[in-house]
Amino acid sequence: MSETFAGRLPGSPHAGPPSSRQGSSANLADILERVLDKGIVIAGDIQINLLDIELLTIKLRLLVASVDKAKEMGIDWWEHDPSLSSRARAPDPLDGRAHRERQLVDENELLRAELARLRNGERKAVTEEGTEEAG
Amino acid sequence: MSTTERTDARTDARTDARTDGRTGARAASRERASEESVLPRLPPREAPIRVYVYGISRDDGSLVPLAGAGGGVDGHDVRLVAEGGLVALVSAVPAEAFDEEPLRRRLERLPGLEELARAHHAVVDAAFARAPVLPLRLATVYTGEERVRGMLLAHRDAFTEMLTWLDGHVELGLKVFVDPAAASSAAHPSPEPAPEPTSPGREYLLRRRRQRRGTEDLWRAAEAVTAQVTRAVQDTVRAAVAHPAQQGELSAGRGVNVANHACLVPANTEARFRAEAEAAGSGVTGVRVEVTGPWAPYSFASPVAEGGEGGAPPR
Repeated sequence: MSETFAGRLPGSPHAGPPSSRQGSSANLADILERVLDKGIVIAGDIQINLLDIELLTIKLRLLVASVDKAKEMGIDWWEHDPSLSSRARAPDPLDGRAHRERQLVDENELLRAELARLRNGERKAVTEEGTEEAG
Repeated sequence: MSTTERTDARTDARTDARTDGRTGARAASRERASEESVLPRLPPREAPIRVYVYGISRDDGSLVPLAGAGGGVDGHDVRLVAEGGLVALVSAVPAEAFDEEPLRRRLERLPGLEELARAHHAVVDAAFARAPVLPLRLATVYTGEERVRGMLLAHRDAFTEMLTWLDGHVELGLKVFVDPAAASSAAHPSPEPAPEPTSPGREYLLRRRRQRRGTEDLWRAAEAVTAQVTRAVQDTVRAAVAHPAQQGELSAGRGVNVANHACLVPANTEARFRAEAEAAGSGVTGVRVEVTGPWAPYSFASPVAEGGEGGAPPR
């Protein structure tokens, strides 16, 4: 029975060259998605509930967004739009450089946009925009 | 051959191979202590240990080369615990790091989580290169080897059946991405000529409208590509599941993931799967198809219902 298993034969696709395998270079999101959410679930003696709130927060933030948010974030400029970026951002700060950098980028864009508005004549722009959005 | 015999043989080999006198002496003293010698690489003997389990395979000798080679979590040796025709890939780990509280703290920090996840995956992946393997979910920890044996016995039939089903298959990820840059570029120009903007505000709104339209086109194109790719690979796929799209920070900069499937594919049709996916996914500007893997069958090793995980994921 076991002899028929291709994976044990040298050179089989199962035992393919190391470079083609999803080894240490594999994308972390892909790995986390699998080791956190997939695989066999057996209750070990040490009870770690991977669905705990904090961990779930990490997962939601780093891996997965809701379908609605995915739609939102699927539009890149929308994500960076100063007036909407607060919606596109997850509320909980994660201690990490990426998050702080992201905050700074958003803040920077917000300030730039405001500056541009002021330079271009705030009143006129607001009037035009208001008319457009209403119509 | 019994588990004890095999383990003792490994212990001898380890003792010979190690130049570290301390470890060698410890292994030797463990051997004298006989029945507990199955997990020789430990901190001081009285230190409580836990047994971390990576995955399960058949007890047919395929994974013996992995044993004792290090490469487990925190560099601990990988060992094999055999029972009932099955073998569990485990590491003996210090309780002070793998009891509930320390483990939870570790999992809630991304660097700790990443380290553990990569180590877990590395062991599963190494095993998968040699034999069919059922990956366990991250952080499955037991208080001792006997408990692992009990687990193998308790689920023997289900595990054996799953291993048979998965034999000779690989898991491939099939992801479709939209490149947001293509939406904001001139890849999808407005169909009607844009009227002369009369003000910066109007110009801004027109630009936004064009961007929105371009993005909508791109989403439709991505949907079409996804359907096309799915059809193209259909014949090579034994089973498939849709994972949630990856939209978080970890996947930033790779485009926007709109489809994220896992496919169970016979190993000998992997090349065909890749070719079909690539062909079906090429030629649409701003939409990209990516195949990942081969993975151990994480997405197809069905969870064993045991009620210990607090129910189904809140999806």
